[in-house]
Amino acid sequence: MIPNEPKITPELVAEHGLKPDEYQRILDLIGREPTLTELGIFSAMWNEHCSYKSSKVHLRTLPTKAPWVIQGPGENAGVIDIGDGLAVVFKMESHNHPSYIEPYQGAATGVGGILRDVFTMGARPIACLNALSFGDPKHPKTRHLVSGVVAGVGGYGNSFGVPTVGGQVRFHTRYDGNNLVNAMAVGLAETGKIFYAAASGVGMPIVYLGSKTGRDGIHGASMASAEFDASSEEKRPTVQVGDPFSEKLLLEACLEIMAKGCVIAIQDMGAAGLTSSATEMGAKGDLGVTLDLDKVPTRETGMSAYEMMLSESQERMLMVLRPEKEAEAEAIFRKWGLDFAVVGETTPTKRFIVKHGGAVMADLPIKELGSEAPVYHRPFTETPKQAVIKAADVKPPMGLADALEKLIGTPDLCSKRWVWEQYDHIIGGNTVQRPGGDAAVVRVLEGPKGLALTADVTPRYCEADPFEGGKQAVAEAWRNLTAVGARPLALTDNLNFGNPERPEIMGQFVGCVRGIAEACKALDFPVVSGNVSLYNETQGRAILPTPTIGGVGLLDDFRKSATLAFKADGEAILLIGGDPGWLGQSLYLRDICGREEGAPPPVDLAAERRHGDLVRDFIGQGKVTAVHDISDGGLLVALAEMAMASGIGAKLEAPERQPSHAFWFGEDQGHYVVTAKESETPALLKAAQERGIPARRLGTTGGNALILPTERPILIGNLVSRFEGWLPRYMAGNAA
Amino acid sequence: MKSAVIVFPGINRERDMARTLRLVSGREPAMLWHADTALPAGTDLVVIPGGFSYGDYLRCGAIAARSPIMAAVKKFAAGGGLVLAVCNGFQIVCEAGLLPGVLMRNSQLKFICRDVYLRVERSDTPFTRGYNAGQVIRVPVAHGEGNYIADGETIARLESEGRVLFRYASPDGLIDPNWNHNGAMNGIAGILNERGNVLGMMPHPENHVEATIGSTDGRGLFAGLVDHLAKAA
Repeated sequence: MIPNEPKITPELVAEHGLKPDEYQRILDLIGREPTLTELGIFSAMWNEHCSYKSSKVHLRTLPTKAPWVIQGPGENAGVIDIGDGLAVVFKMESHNHPSYIEPYQGAATGVGGILRDVFTMGARPIACLNALSFGDPKHPKTRHLVSGVVAGVGGYGNSFGVPTVGGQVRFHTRYDGNNLVNAMAVGLAETGKIFYAAASGVGMPIVYLGSKTGRDGIHGASMASAEFDASSEEKRPTVQVGDPFSEKLLLEACLEIMAKGCVIAIQDMGAAGLTSSATEMGAKGDLGVTLDLDKVPTRETGMSAYEMMLSESQERMLMVLRPEKEAEAEAIFRKWGLDFAVVGETTPTKRFIVKHGGAVMADLPIKELGSEAPVYHRPFTETPKQAVIKAADVKPPMGLADALEKLIGTPDLCSKRWVWEQYDHIIGGNTVQRPGGDAAVVRVLEGPKGLALTADVTPRYCEADPFEGGKQAVAEAWRNLTAVGARPLALTDNLNFGNPERPEIMGQFVGCVRGIAEACKALDFPVVSGNVSLYNETQGRAILPTPTIGGVGLLDDFRKSATLAFKADGEAILLIGGDPGWLGQSLYLRDICGREEGAPPPVDLAAERRHGDLVRDFIGQGKVTAVHDISDGGLLVALAEMAMASGIGAKLEAPERQPSHAFWFGEDQGHYVVTAKESETPALLKAAQERGIPARRLGTTGGNALILPTERPILIGNLVSRFEGWLPRYMAGNAA
Repeated sequence: MKSAVIVFPGINRERDMARTLRLVSGREPAMLWHADTALPAGTDLVVIPGGFSYGDYLRCGAIAARSPIMAAVKKFAAGGGLVLAVCNGFQIVCEAGLLPGVLMRNSQLKFICRDVYLRVERSDTPFTRGYNAGQVIRVPVAHGEGNYIADGETIARLESEGRVLFRYASPDGLIDPNWNHNGAMNGIAGILNERGNVLGMMPHPENHVEATIGSTDGRGLFAGLVDHLAKAA
C-alpha cells in the first residue's frame, strides 16, 4: 500500500497501547500487516476508553429501559420523554487524565465534549453539573489542580452560555495523582426531532463542520487508557485545547440546520476524532465510508493521514446531509463563520477507506472495527467485607457541639461556594434552585414543568463495600431528586476506577455495577447513558472507586419545589425514616475519631422507596416547608445546613436512644428531615404511620442557634463562618 | 416599546434579554445580527446583551465594537435613541467610545456569579424611573471583567454630573468595599453617557424579573423604559 510508511515493529505496536494478542487479532481480521495509519485507527478504536473492552460484559447487566426512555446507552447521550412533546437529553463523561496533566484545558474540553454529545442529538443544553475529586489538601499539587480545573470548567461553560447548576467537590489522598473531573450536560429537545449517528443512503456526502483539524490531542484516548507514571507530565501535548466561542457557534449552526431539515445523521468528533465519528456513522447505518483527507480543513500544513485520523481537535462535527439541502446548510455554516467541507461519502461496501494525497492510507472492514474489538472477562476478586462498627465501641473524643463545629469546616463538608460562584449558574433565566441545595432545579421552557438535577457518589462507601456503595450512589441521587419534590426518571453513570487488569480493582468495578443495577431496578431508575474511566492510578495506587451517578427528575410544577432552608420560627421539625445510629465509614468516625473504617451504612432499597415516596407526596401536597436528606455528616450536619441556609436556629430534643453521637452523626440511608407548620404535624405523623414509616418529632425551629439538650448553644454565625471559611482560606494559601 | 437586541457571535444572554423584553413590554424584540448594517425603522430601544462576543478574544468587547452593526448603533445613540448595554454590552460600548472608562479584570482575578445589591442613585432617568432614588435592588452579576476604572478627571465628571446610576452597596444601601465584589472605582456598577440616553451596567437586571426565578428587582428598569417610551410617544 503506502511504500514510505515505517515497518510495524512490536515496539510500535506497544507504543500504541496494543497488547501482542490484540495485534494478532488485527492481523487475523485484515489478513495482512496494517499500515501505520491503520495501526493508529485500531489503537484509537480498541483502547479501553473507546471500546469498553474490560467493562462491556458488566455494563450489559444495567437496567436501561422504562416506558419514558426514548434512547438508552449506545448513542451520544441518553434521551427520556418528559411529556408535552419534550425530551431531556443527558450524559456524564470523565476527563480525568487530561485534567491532571493540564487542569484548565483538560477540564474545559471535558465540558466542551459533553456539551457536544448533547447538542449533537438536537438538544439545546440547558444545564451542566460536575463532580470533582481532588487529592489531599495538604498535597503540594492539590491547590493548583483545584484552581485550574474550576477555572477551566467555568471558562468553558460560562462562555458557551450554559448554567452550571450543581455537582460535588471532594478531597481524599487517594486522588493525589489522579484527580477526577466528571462533567454532565443536560439538554432539551422535541421528542420527534432527536438526531442520531446512523448514516443512511449510499453515495451521500459526508460533511465536516466546525473548527479546523490540528495536531492537538493525538492519542488522547489512548493516554486516558493508561496508568500514570512519573513522566505523565510529558504527555501535556496530547491534551486538547478548548475554544468555547467556536462551540457556541457550532451549537447555533447545528440547531439551525437541524431545524431546517438538512441533517440525516450527525456525530461529534470526540475521543479518537475523525476515526471514531466516521466509523460509527457507517457501522450504525450498515454502510461503508470513504474519506478524502485532502478535503479536511487543517490548521497546520503537512499533517499526515495518521495525524488527521487521530487528532482530537475540539469543536468539530461530522454529518450526512440531505443532498438537496447541502447549499442551504453550507450558507448557515458560513454565516456562523465555521468551516464546511464535503470530505467523503457513504458507500455500499462496508469498508472504511481513507485516502490522502491520492493514495489509500487505510482500507478496513468498518463494522468489525467496532464489533471485533477485544472483549475481556477480566478476573476479579471480591472486596473483603469490613466489620460492622458498633456505636457503643466508638468513644466520642469531644462533645456534640465541638464535633459539629469541627465537621462543618472540613474540606468535604464545607461550603463549595468558592467553586460554584466561578460558574455562571443563572444564565438562561431558568435556574429555580441554585447550587447548595439537595438538587438543582431548572424550569423547562416557560414552565410549569421543572427538572431536578444532581450528581452523587460516596467513594469511601464504595471502597469499603462496592456493592453497598454502588447501591448508595444511586439511592442518594434518587433521594436528592426526591428531596426537592421531583419524580426521579433516569440516570447517567460515570464509572471511575483503577487498573482493571488487577483483580481487586476489577472486583470493585463488578461490585459497584451490581449495586448500581440492583438499586436501578428497585427504584425504577434506569441508566440511559454513561462513561467508564479506568486506569485511574499512579505508581500502583488506585483512586477510591468512584461511580458518579447523575440523576434527572421531573417536577410537574417547578414553583412547588422544596428547599432545605428553614422557613420560619416555631415550625415543627420531623425526622422521617427512623433513628439513625450507623457510624461505620461516617465522616464523624473519619474526621473526628480519625478512623476510616468499618462497613458502610446498608441501603434498604424498599424502605428508601417508601420513605422517598412519602416525602415527595408531602411536598406535592404543600404540607412541608423545608426538606433535606441525611447524608455525609449525618442528622446534625443536615440540621446545621438547614439552619445556615436560613439563619434560623432550632431547639432539638434528646434522642431516646444512646449513644447520642451515633444518633446525631450516623449516616443511615433513606432518612429525611422536614419542617411543617405546627397545625400540619399530627396529620403528617399519622400519614407516615399509616404507611409503616417511622417518623418522629425532633424539635422546633427558632432562635439563632442549634440547641441540644446537654450542650452549649451552637451559634449559627459560628457555623457559617466555619462552613464558608475553609475553602477560600485554603485557596488563598492560608490553610490545609 | 419597539426594541432591538444586537447579537454578536459569542453573545449568550440574548435569549434571556429577549424573554424579559417580551415579558415586560408585551412585544417581541427584533434580533439583529452583527453583520447587519441598519436598525429596523421605528426602533426606540437598542439592547446590547451579555456574553462573550468573539470569545472575548483580544480584549472584551474590542472586536464587537468594530463590527458592522455598531455604526448604526452609534448613529442611533447620536440621535438621542436609548441604548441599554449590559455586561459584555457595557464592555462593548466602552470599547466603542459611547461611554468613558474601561472594565478591568475583577480584583479577585476570578469570574464571579452571585446576587449583588445595587443602590439606585437617581430615579429621574428613562432607565431608572421605575425605582426610587436610594432604593436598593438585588440582581445577579456574572462576569470576570467588571472592574470599572477611569482616570480621576472622568470619575470626577461622572460623579458631579450625576451619571453614576447604579452602585454596588450593602443590603442597607451603604457603599462598602466588602460589598463590592469586583473592585470597581467608587462602587460603580452602571453609568450614563453625557446626553443621558446610553446606559452601561455590569449586573443582569434581565435575570431578576420573575418572583419564582430569583426576584423581581430587575423589572423596574424595563418597566420604567416602557413607561418612558409610552409617555414620549
